[in-house]
Amino acid sequence: MSSLTILGLLPLLGSAVLFLLPKEREVLAKQIALGVSTAVAVAGLLMATSFERGLSSFQFIEKRSWIPAFGINYGLGVDGMALLLIVLALVLTPIVILACWNEAEGGRWSVKTFFALLLVLETMMVGVFAATDIFLFYLFFEAMLIPVYFLIGGYGTGERAAAAVKFLLYSLFGGLLMLASIIGLYVVSGDQLGAPTFDVTELSKLSINNQTEILLFLGFFIAFAIKAPLWPFHTWLPDAAKAATPGTSVLLLGVLDKVGTYGMIRFCLTLFPDASKQLGPTIIVLSLISIFYGAFLAIWQSNGDIKRLISYTSISHFGFITLGIFAFTAQGQSGSILYMVNHGFSTAALFLIAGWMIARRNSSKVQDFGGLQRVTPLLAWSFFIAGLSSLALPGLSSFVSEFLVLVGTFVRYPVAAVIGTLGIILAALYILIPVQRALHGPTTPGNEKLKDLSLREKIAIAPVIALIILFGFFPQILLNVINPGAQASVSALNIGGDK
Amino acid sequence: MLGPVLIVLAAAVVAVLVEAFLSRRYRYVLQSSLSFAAIALGFLAVILNRNVSGLFAEGAVAVDGVTVVLQGTILVFALLGLLLIAERGFQSFTAQASALPGSADEQRALASGLQQTEVFPLTLFAVGGALLFPAANDLITLFVALEVLSLPLYLMAGLSQRRRLLSQEAGLKYFLLGAFSSAFFLFGSAFLYGYAGTTTFEGIKSAIKTSPGNDLYLLIGLSMLAVGLLFKVSAAPFHSWTPDVYQGAPTPVTAFMAAVTKVAAFGAFLRIFYSALGGLVWTWRPIIVAISILTMAIGTIIAIAQKDVKRVLAYSAIAHSGFLLTGIVAFNKSGLDATLLYLATYGFTTLGTFAVVTLVRDAGGEVTDLNRWSGLGKRSPLVAGIFTLFLLALAGIPLTSGFVGKFAIFSAAYKSGNISVVIAGVLASAVAAFFYIRIVVLMYFNDPQEDGTSVVIPSPVTAIAIGICAVATLVLGIFPQPAINAINSLATFVAG
Repeated sequence: MSSLTILGLLPLLGSAVLFLLPKEREVLAKQIALGVSTAVAVAGLLMATSFERGLSSFQFIEKRSWIPAFGINYGLGVDGMALLLIVLALVLTPIVILACWNEAEGGRWSVKTFFALLLVLETMMVGVFAATDIFLFYLFFEAMLIPVYFLIGGYGTGERAAAAVKFLLYSLFGGLLMLASIIGLYVVSGDQLGAPTFDVTELSKLSINNQTEILLFLGFFIAFAIKAPLWPFHTWLPDAAKAATPGTSVLLLGVLDKVGTYGMIRFCLTLFPDASKQLGPTIIVLSLISIFYGAFLAIWQSNGDIKRLISYTSISHFGFITLGIFAFTAQGQSGSILYMVNHGFSTAALFLIAGWMIARRNSSKVQDFGGLQRVTPLLAWSFFIAGLSSLALPGLSSFVSEFLVLVGTFVRYPVAAVIGTLGIILAALYILIPVQRALHGPTTPGNEKLKDLSLREKIAIAPVIALIILFGFFPQILLNVINPGAQASVSALNIGGDK
Repeated sequence: MLGPVLIVLAAAVVAVLVEAFLSRRYRYVLQSSLSFAAIALGFLAVILNRNVSGLFAEGAVAVDGVTVVLQGTILVFALLGLLLIAERGFQSFTAQASALPGSADEQRALASGLQQTEVFPLTLFAVGGALLFPAANDLITLFVALEVLSLPLYLMAGLSQRRRLLSQEAGLKYFLLGAFSSAFFLFGSAFLYGYAGTTTFEGIKSAIKTSPGNDLYLLIGLSMLAVGLLFKVSAAPFHSWTPDVYQGAPTPVTAFMAAVTKVAAFGAFLRIFYSALGGLVWTWRPIIVAISILTMAIGTIIAIAQKDVKRVLAYSAIAHSGFLLTGIVAFNKSGLDATLLYLATYGFTTLGTFAVVTLVRDAGGEVTDLNRWSGLGKRSPLVAGIFTLFLLALAGIPLTSGFVGKFAIFSAAYKSGNISVVIAGVLASAVAAFFYIRIVVLMYFNDPQEDGTSVVIPSPVTAIAIGICAVATLVLGIFPQPAINAINSLATFVAG
């Protein structure tokens, strides 16, 4: 067994233990979940230290034959991008567990089930980023839906069941389109290579005729665009993020949605280079629409529901990520990958703190807060820093990634880059308006007695804030891991004129 | 070589005698053990046949790899169906079928607790017909097999103890429409005989080879034969009997019908379209493509509006017929293998779902109103969990057998260049996922109603049947390789 398999299996074992635990041992269940996920995070970080930077190929490879009749292998391996996303998932899981210690109480099922589902989800997240066999990827891609579905539907608030179903159906629909493309690839590979295969590296050697390639590309792309979410495939996200508990939202937007943008780089660009180039400009336009659409909705929501607001800002951010990917420059792609990681942390901070605010005030409306800066200074400051990172203030993590994306785009599509830059101004509006309304100004009646962060909450949020600042000043730590893969990916596109 | 068919039919004849002459007290025990023994012996005979490939009974019956796989599958499903039928505690069957519904006779029969057991010989006859149907190698044998399969089913559909009138209506409807489609079938056979001058498949095949394939008699014969077969597999637009019959028939019979009939009918479909009418592929393929897409669409879309669990499953069965037709459309070796695999995976799952339906009951009998299933996940997590597994498999979620089957059959169709059915199939799967998941939502996310709906503890026979189906659904989903290997190496048609 390779280290990736072990990394994936540990949380699953943990969840099995939780399922066997008696219902009443709630605290023990939480402690086990926290312990397991922390141990896995440490193991993941240790594994990451032995990763050879500078290489663009897969590492920690494992390959076993699974269903030879269909050419399906159990194939795992990571490059820099996949490694960072796995580490992101592994680091965020214990933070979420700690931050959402009491979140499961209002659930339909027992508390231990909530944490068991979180651990199952962790396994799926490792698997989906580690799979080098498309079939295996598809499997995790679909299987991931099940724990999330139960997490939203069973433990969320408000219209949770409807939101969970909406989420599931959108994703399932996208997944099935992807399945059609996978079947197509399977048949094409069988014709060209003699025996069908699902191995990404093997499949990238195919030469598919253009019309087929575009169809297959679309199957994958729509699935990923729904996941990411890109306008006009985004409508499930605000509902899901609003209904889910803050912890679930963190994992949903912070990690799971990255599967979409990850898939665009890993599968769309690698397997269908020509189709990507042909449809690239269209996707650039969609990305720009997403940037502005998300931003305007967020501004419009800046007096409304705070969780919806954060999810709209994410739509805008995902617009930047896809912009960088389909600019087809090494800088743009590095920026996008870096963006995925940074957005993971800044959204995590925003959602967790918003969750604590909602729990304290028993309302999710921005106008119900006010003057929190005076009552709960630590909470307010954390939210402020996370917000500043989200609007890409220099010195905080998102700045570098947004800068790289825009510079990378400018080289190829100057107009798109200029338009995209305007989105940053809107970002200032959608962050600063709610910050002003919720944190500053006179204290809204009823808020005087709110408590500031507890020790548990401090421990949970501290590493996230620390990482936001750290990666703001030293993005090179991540870029060293990202760059070789991004360069190889873009040069494989063979597009010319790269810097 | 004809062992399996003969054993089962002989046992059926003996069972009729047992029913007629033996004292009531011993009948149940004797009938059930006789049936199980016949199925088991039949299965043994199938295994002995595994290397046989040839024509028997004066060329009327083809025993080859395809026959062996299909007969093996049919017998396994028949055994599982019998396990459900043999369940005594739930009283699915009426005590005395000949008594008028609501009459004093019926009351007396019920009150005396004397259960007649004619369902066993009927089942055995149906199994015998099902075994012969996919092996038949000429039109007359095919027709006889069809009738031997169908007639007992018409009766069995009317045997339900609860809601007698609905059940009898189902039986009658099934009979009338079935007779109608049999007439089409026979008429088609006559035209084919007129065209080829023979009823054997070899004869028809060589006639197509030597004469131009657009002879009017041939085309009329082909389409009428197809109507008969499409009726049996409940493909649109010949599907309208399915929901009523599935709903009205006693649930164990529905389970048996859904699995066994489907395997037998698609088996015959394969032999006729792949082997006998293979030369006409360019003629029939566009029609089957259209019917396949229509069937998927009708099955999945109408299922959304259903409020009765058995009707949902009936429309799901229609949709699955649409998926299976893509395997016919493929018309290549992978299409053949994939269809056989799909039949095997689908049968286990559908038997399992109906078996679970028999467990959810109130004082009056089975509860099939979907609203009253709400909160089942809270009330009996295990049963709800198993039912969810079956539903996920029907929806084709990865790691269940349903996904493996779907993947195999869609990739075969794609390989043959019929991408339209693949896309339709994938979209239909997305729609289908909606109504399967709706049931899951209902079971887990809604609160239980206080209306006396409960899950009865199954007796060992039903529990074994559900257990086998669940294990098969998982094993075929995670480690399908042995099953695929077996089917791929066995499944060839007899040369001729």
